[in-house]
Amino acid sequence: MKEFNYVIKDPVGIHARPAGLLAKEAKNYKSTITFVKGEKSAKATALMKLMGMGIKQGDEVTIRVEGEDEETCFAAIEKFVTENF
Amino acid sequence: MQVFKGTKIVNGIAIGKIKLYKPPVYEISEDLVTDIAAELDRFEAARVKVQEQQNALYDKEMKEGHADTAGIFEAHAMMLDDDDLIDSCKELMAEGHTAEYAVREGFEAAAEMFRNMDDEYFQARSADVIDLKNSMLDVLFGADTANLQGTEPAILVAEDLAPSETVKLDKSLLLGLVTRLGSSNSHTAILARSMNWPTLIQCHDISDDWDGKFAILDSYNSCIYIEPDQYLIDELTAKQQEDREREAKLQELKGKPSETKDGRKVRLYANIGGPKDIESVLENDAEGVGLFRSEFVYLNSKTDPTEDEQFAAYKKVLEGLAPRLVIIRTCDIGADKTIDYMNLDKEDNPALGFRAVRICLNRRDFFKRQLRALLRASAFGNLGIMFPMIISRWEVQECKEVLEECRKELKAEGKAMGEIEIGIMIETPAAALCADELAEEVDFFSLGTNDLTQYTCAIDRQSANLERFADTHHPAVLRLIRETIEAGHRHNTWVGICGELGADPTLTEDFLKWGVDELSVNPKSILPLRDNVRKVDLSQHKKAESPAPVQTEAKADPAPKTPAPEAKAEVKADKPKGLLGRLFG
Repeated sequence: MKEFNYVIKDPVGIHARPAGLLAKEAKNYKSTITFVKGEKSAKATALMKLMGMGIKQGDEVTIRVEGEDEETCFAAIEKFVTENF
Repeated sequence: MQVFKGTKIVNGIAIGKIKLYKPPVYEISEDLVTDIAAELDRFEAARVKVQEQQNALYDKEMKEGHADTAGIFEAHAMMLDDDDLIDSCKELMAEGHTAEYAVREGFEAAAEMFRNMDDEYFQARSADVIDLKNSMLDVLFGADTANLQGTEPAILVAEDLAPSETVKLDKSLLLGLVTRLGSSNSHTAILARSMNWPTLIQCHDISDDWDGKFAILDSYNSCIYIEPDQYLIDELTAKQQEDREREAKLQELKGKPSETKDGRKVRLYANIGGPKDIESVLENDAEGVGLFRSEFVYLNSKTDPTEDEQFAAYKKVLEGLAPRLVIIRTCDIGADKTIDYMNLDKEDNPALGFRAVRICLNRRDFFKRQLRALLRASAFGNLGIMFPMIISRWEVQECKEVLEECRKELKAEGKAMGEIEIGIMIETPAAALCADELAEEVDFFSLGTNDLTQYTCAIDRQSANLERFADTHHPAVLRLIRETIEAGHRHNTWVGICGELGADPTLTEDFLKWGVDELSVNPKSILPLRDNVRKVDLSQHKKAESPAPVQTEAKADPAPKTPAPEAKAEVKADKPKGLLGRLFG
């Protein structure tokens, strides 16, 4: 399992379009990608649930990657998150 | 005859039959079924079909150049891929419920989740989920929603219109639009404005028996007349005719000079926000661009835009509008417009803070990327560069030094560059009062009247409490404008106005009287303004008042670089301008 913390920079937070793109990206990997904020968590493939976490600009989230391709997946997701959120 | 009130969105008159736009209301059975597999198949088929519809709407909006609304449908298509949403529906079907029931319950629950969030953006997403629910039900019930609008031109009356409904409307059959709900910021209102449909929202009295009745929508007066009497029909038909004639007359002004009765010319330029506006500049016959807000290259990007990205955008506009002059304002972002990658500190008073040229002069590399992109683009058209938020002469000198540094670098790299004009915004009282000194540094001034008014009167225009105190024609502001024009002309620097006051028809005559050389307004205001200019006769004023500054006459030439070069070059040569001399000499 690998994880990293990230502070959301997008003014609207994790909103529809980037969340949708993330879901698409996440489906390319076998690993499970989980977003955690406080007690709430959602898989990257669960677009609505992720939006439902109400992650806002300035919030710190932990992103966990776990699975057989976690090395490549981690690098790709970290890049995606930094560029889009 | 009956009259009903609403809130107008777009002015205009529509005369014709009413068509009630009524999406079907479905009776959904709560009975359980035995063939679970069949329901799952129907659900999946509907989901795929609606997703295709959403993708098609995305393509349509992109093709018509509406990237903003296209994004709505892209997100819709993605929501339909959501595993949780799909699973929640499937679970209901596994219990024996119909696909219709599962869609209603599953999508409603998702909409409810958004509705309960504490952020406006996420709350508004519930409308998207409801829109998708309705589209799913349309498919499952096999409803033909293509014909909801009817086949004849009509005034459309609806409860409300979802984004996917609005964009599907056949625009050629739409005379006007009346809805019971809706807000002035809704997608429908935005589209109505861009299409110029006479539109009324918040018309609470709409009723099913209006369907098919003859009506007149008079949004000038925010009302709709059902079965109007002959007197009204005659009067409003005449008014509609007048509207059309006025519009036709404006169209006739295309290609005509922007010139007063006594022959005083003024250049009418457009304010634009990006390459997407090229078309409307040409369509409205603007003679150039007086303000190209370069912010879009920064705001539309997640990371600091590269020199090449910026160059491509500037080149597109310069090429698309050549040989017209295009004045590009350098980066005018500040602490009130948050751009993540800029890492700007939050400020208590952003209007008086670290913004525009102040950022650029402190972050040279950032500034140079834009200036290099601009200089490279100058090879492809007629460019003016304008620096915003100037208060002191040294700032202008420093901007010019950086520009010169970029020019030298590019020359050494063998990059092509064209001639450029250099100007500044006059939008602070400091700049207006020091206009004489500043004029020695530049080719042109552009008065940004919005900020100039805000800073002069110490009035925040956004504040509703200040409405009583805000005077857009405050004598202090008008005096600063007049004195800036006169100061500019004393130094052979031409002066334009690019703020909202530039389009104010009640001031056109004064501005011309004071000698303004250029007015830059939004593209839609160009032709009405030209109409205004052509009605003015300044010869009356010349007798009555003290004459305008001597240079005004010579300055009235339409193209800044081509005409009367002798006079201009001579004066410029006298000025102690390092860079200008080199750029133009």
